[in-house]
Amino acid sequence: MSDKEKKVLLTIPMYPDMELAAAKTASVLAELKGFDEGEVEEIQLAIIETCINAFEHSQSDENEVHIQFLLEDDQLQFKITDRGVGITSDTLDGTRLLGNPGLHPDLPKRGRGLQIIRSLMDEVDIETSPDGTTVSVIKRKKETTP
Amino acid sequence: MLNKFDIQIREAREHAVIETSGYLNDALGEQLAEKAQELIQGGYTQLVINLEQTTLINSIGISILIEIIEALTEREGTLNFCGLSATQERTFRMMAIAKYAGIFPDEESAIANL
Repeated sequence: MSDKEKKVLLTIPMYPDMELAAAKTASVLAELKGFDEGEVEEIQLAIIETCINAFEHSQSDENEVHIQFLLEDDQLQFKITDRGVGITSDTLDGTRLLGNPGLHPDLPKRGRGLQIIRSLMDEVDIETSPDGTTVSVIKRKKETTP
Repeated sequence: MLNKFDIQIREAREHAVIETSGYLNDALGEQLAEKAQELIQGGYTQLVINLEQTTLINSIGISILIEIIEALTEREGTLNFCGLSATQERTFRMMAIAKYAGIFPDEESAIANL
C-alpha cells in the first residue's frame, strides 16, 4: 500500500444510524490491516461511540462529522472532527450526563461512551475548543506469538 | 434503512426469552424495553435476553438494558444474558452490568440459572 493509500477520508451527516457507515468503513480497513474479529468489533464500537458523542454534544451547524483513518502496519488510527461548540470538562468525564443515580448508583445509565472508548482502545486524545472537537483514537494490533 | 433489527419473544411458564438481532441502539432498545415491560407487567420476573444475533450494542442500548435490570430489581426478578461476543461481555463487565445480571454462553444455561 502506498503512502497515499494510507489515509482514508469520510464525511457523514449527523443523522440516526449514520455512525454505522463509519463503523462499516472502519471494519473494512481493520480487516484489511489484519486485525482479528474481536479487535474489529472493538474498533467498530469505539467509532460508533465517538460519532454518537459528536452527534449528541457538538451542536454543530454544519451537521457533519469528518473522519480521517490513518493506516499503519501495526495500528489503525481514526480522527473524528466536528465543527461544533466544543465540549466541557464535565461532559468529558461523564458527570454532566449521570443524572439520577437510579436503583444502582454504580450502574449509571448515561455518560459511559468515553469510558467504553478508553477501555477498548490503546490511545484516546481529545482536543476541544469553541470551534470544534477532534477525538484521535489509536488501536494497535495484538502481538501474535510465532 | 442501515440497521435491520428484530425482536423475538419466547414465553414459557416460569420465564420468557427475548432475542434481539441487529444493532442495539436507541431505536431497537426502545422496542426491547417496551417488550420487556409488557412481559414484566404480565407477571414475568425471570427473563433471558439472548444477544447472539445482536451485532453491536452502543452505550444507549446498554442504558436501556440497565433500565430493564432496574425494573426487574424492583420486582425481585432476575435477568440473564446469553450469546454475547467477547467484546460485549468485556464491556458489560466493565460497566458493572455483570454485578446485577447473569452472563451465560448460551440460552440453555441462561435459563437453567434463572
